[in-house]
Amino acid sequence: MPRPVLDVRDLTKVYGSGEATVHALAGVTMTVDRGDYVAIMGSSGSGKSTLMNILGALDVPTAGSYHLDGVDVSKLADRQLALARNRLIGFIFQAFNLIPRTTALANVELPLAYAGVKAKERRRRALAALDVVGLADRAKHEPNQLSGGQQQRVAVARALVTEPALLLADEPTGNLDSHSTADVLEVFDELSASGRTIVLITHEPEVGDRAKRLIRLVDGQIVEDIRQSAVDQMPVGAMTGRHTA
Amino acid sequence: MSLYEVIRFALRGLSANKLRSALTMLGILIGVAAVILLVAVGNGSAKAISDRIEALGTNTITVMSTGRGGSTSTALTVPIANALVDPQLAPDVASVSPVVTASSSTMTYEGTEHSVSSFVGTTPSWFAASNTPVGTGSAFTADDEAQGRRVVVIGQTVAEELFPGVDPIDKQVTVGGALFTIVGVLAEKSSTGFQDANDTAIAPLTAVREVLTGYGSLNSILVEATSPDKVDAVQSEVATILNQRLKVSATASTTSRTGGNSNTSSSTPYRIQNASQLLATQTETADTFTTLLGAVAAISLLVGGIGITNIMLVTVTERTREIGIRKALGAPRRVILTQFLIEATLLSVLGGALGVAAALIGSSFEIVGVKPVIVPSSIGLALGVSIAIGLFFGGLPASRAARLRPIDALRYE
Repeated sequence: MPRPVLDVRDLTKVYGSGEATVHALAGVTMTVDRGDYVAIMGSSGSGKSTLMNILGALDVPTAGSYHLDGVDVSKLADRQLALARNRLIGFIFQAFNLIPRTTALANVELPLAYAGVKAKERRRRALAALDVVGLADRAKHEPNQLSGGQQQRVAVARALVTEPALLLADEPTGNLDSHSTADVLEVFDELSASGRTIVLITHEPEVGDRAKRLIRLVDGQIVEDIRQSAVDQMPVGAMTGRHTA
Repeated sequence: MSLYEVIRFALRGLSANKLRSALTMLGILIGVAAVILLVAVGNGSAKAISDRIEALGTNTITVMSTGRGGSTSTALTVPIANALVDPQLAPDVASVSPVVTASSSTMTYEGTEHSVSSFVGTTPSWFAASNTPVGTGSAFTADDEAQGRRVVVIGQTVAEELFPGVDPIDKQVTVGGALFTIVGVLAEKSSTGFQDANDTAIAPLTAVREVLTGYGSLNSILVEATSPDKVDAVQSEVATILNQRLKVSATASTTSRTGGNSNTSSSTPYRIQNASQLLATQTETADTFTTLLGAVAAISLLVGGIGITNIMLVTVTERTREIGIRKALGAPRRVILTQFLIEATLLSVLGGALGVAAALIGSSFEIVGVKPVIVPSSIGLALGVSIAIGLFFGGLPASRAARLRPIDALRYE
């Protein structure tokens, strides 16, 4: 049994204190194996964004343990956390969060620069990543010259360019129209097909339907965990080809 | 990640916000240039004042009577003036010129009247001692003085008033009912005070006493030292002789106190004014002026600094989000801090250097009639303060943001 990419136990997150205390996460335990494609669904306030931020090492849990690719993230210092974010996690935001007034290529190169990759190698890998999301011809464009779907695909390229163990996406299609959503989901299907481990959160059923595994979160607790297709199979959406037209 | 890479990031950050970078630099530029230029103007005007005073002659002292007319025993007289020419008691005295001044005497030429603000009666040595060269014509001679000839040397203003377009030499003017022949016109002199230094006329002492002032006491005695550094020696020599002649003693000293910048003891019936003391006083005044301008400039630098602070703080929202993104992508805190510090340094150093350049260029022009003279320390001060402000207010928000958790930085509004 290979070790899971993601292993969280009894994760809790508490905001505020006294009477204003909010339990955003009330003991979440889950494991994600390599190659899996997990969609976490839940209504607004269910704690899914909080869970995502903790999984992405952007926030720290109040209690519980979090192992990422065998590394205990909750015990890391600031320096090593930066390293973990850089090497182990690729994070995709709902609001794209590209650096403004900076070309798509430079945005994709950024994580590689922080990883200390040489300029030439950086450029090659960034262009390759842009090619994966189908935007190699837009490398010199700045974010404000790209559509929402294109910006999100640049963000996906930026997330996968360091070959991270885990791709995390926080409502990646939340700000997109249906056509751009289809484009981005197609990219996720392809990435999953090529063996990447993906965890995304969404509240759109058609996004959740395409994942191999669906987790429902209510009031900071997992209430449902459904396997929709096997880890080593193609994702549902890619097989049906629903959005390929 | 190498420093070179971080510097490239910083340059890219600056060029991504060209207008903001330019405005920040402009603020620093103006602050620095204002401080340097204003101090230079203050310094330049101080230099101009001291140059003018030095033109008056710094190797003379002026003896004035403090007794107001009254008792004749303490008045300055011609014999007293002559007594100052004494190779034994006063070896450093080069010349002595007794002076009487008739204020506001009317000079008339062919029906044109002009009130001369200072009509001076003295000896020929006065011209050299008071640094008042004759422009055209000649000064009167010792013989003129001895014979009491009615000749006069007039200042530029008088010449322009009475003889517009006419050569005044050898013309005759009426002063106090007597005819005076003009023998010379003084060279143009720069005015140091409120009085027009060119509105003057110089005539032999004997003639002036006979016609205008009468044979009372002298107004002052101008004593010239052999060299500027002998002025103090001359002052004490003159004081010794005067004390003898005027029989000044501890008990007899009943006369009024002396005024501001004389340094004789407070009980003598005369006071001695020293041009170098005057210079010192004026320089002090000019220094005060420079300090004042410097204070105004410092306030402008402060205001400029607050402007820089404002720009830096306003941009922090956008930059904080950017820092959040960079941290989420795995940027270590140190790299982020270095990048933002380099950005702030580049802005303030470039802005400061441009400000120094602007001030240097500006100082080659005359500003409000003053030729600015750069004070080197003001460059260092202005540059130092602006760079410190830029670094502090550019670096502080960045370091605060770099310490935030990525999620808090991303949510920062």
